[in-house]
Amino acid sequence: MCYDNYMKIKIHYFASLRENIGRSEDVIESQTESLTVKQAWQQATGLPELQDDLLIAVNQEYTSEDVLLSDGDELAFFPPVTGG
Amino acid sequence: MTSRKVIIKKSTFDPWQEQEAYQAQSMQGQTSYGATASFIGTMRHFNEGDEVAAMELEHYPKMTEKQLNLIIVTAEKKWLIQNTLIIHRVGKILPGEPIMLVAVWSAHRAAAFDACRYLMEELKHRAPFWKKEQLVTGDSRWVEKNTDGYE
Repeated sequence: MCYDNYMKIKIHYFASLRENIGRSEDVIESQTESLTVKQAWQQATGLPELQDDLLIAVNQEYTSEDVLLSDGDELAFFPPVTGG
Repeated sequence: MTSRKVIIKKSTFDPWQEQEAYQAQSMQGQTSYGATASFIGTMRHFNEGDEVAAMELEHYPKMTEKQLNLIIVTAEKKWLIQNTLIIHRVGKILPGEPIMLVAVWSAHRAAAFDACRYLMEELKHRAPFWKKEQLVTGDSRWVEKNTDGYE
């Protein structure tokens, strides 16, 4: 068995999304050749689409759903921010 | 020389004392600034026509600090600012308590005013904080979106 493509991704959910999903984090493992943010979302939540207004961060920086993930990345999904 | 400080506070703070303390600790003897602009956000007892009893502020710890530092670095490229201090509350906040402080020191007023406003608007749109309001009726709700500060 080949483990070359093994990826482990930690996912955080915040605020209303955390409440809707019912947990604050997931860890997913994948053996696929490539994994996008959207595929990670689908694997973790079982939901087909990301809501339009959800924001995405990889390693604490804003990104989009088509971006490819690397092993060990920290992924986060959250609603529009309301600080200040 | 520029220096910056970002502080996330779990309990209430005095924004005036914090500014004084920052000046005493990080700007001692500095005589190059002629302008200080600061903005303090305070919790109101009303929002969207409802009475609000309290607010819970959630954040994404590592990303908050990373984004606030990025915003300050961008402001430092746009204006000649010398020092920046940002303080933001998390946890339970009551009406009348400060939520956040942005303070900017520069040689002249234009940079101080403009950078302070920029930092405030960027913080509102990029820093991962979320407010949940507890209404006096006992209901609670998430604040869905920040308004455009220039409207």
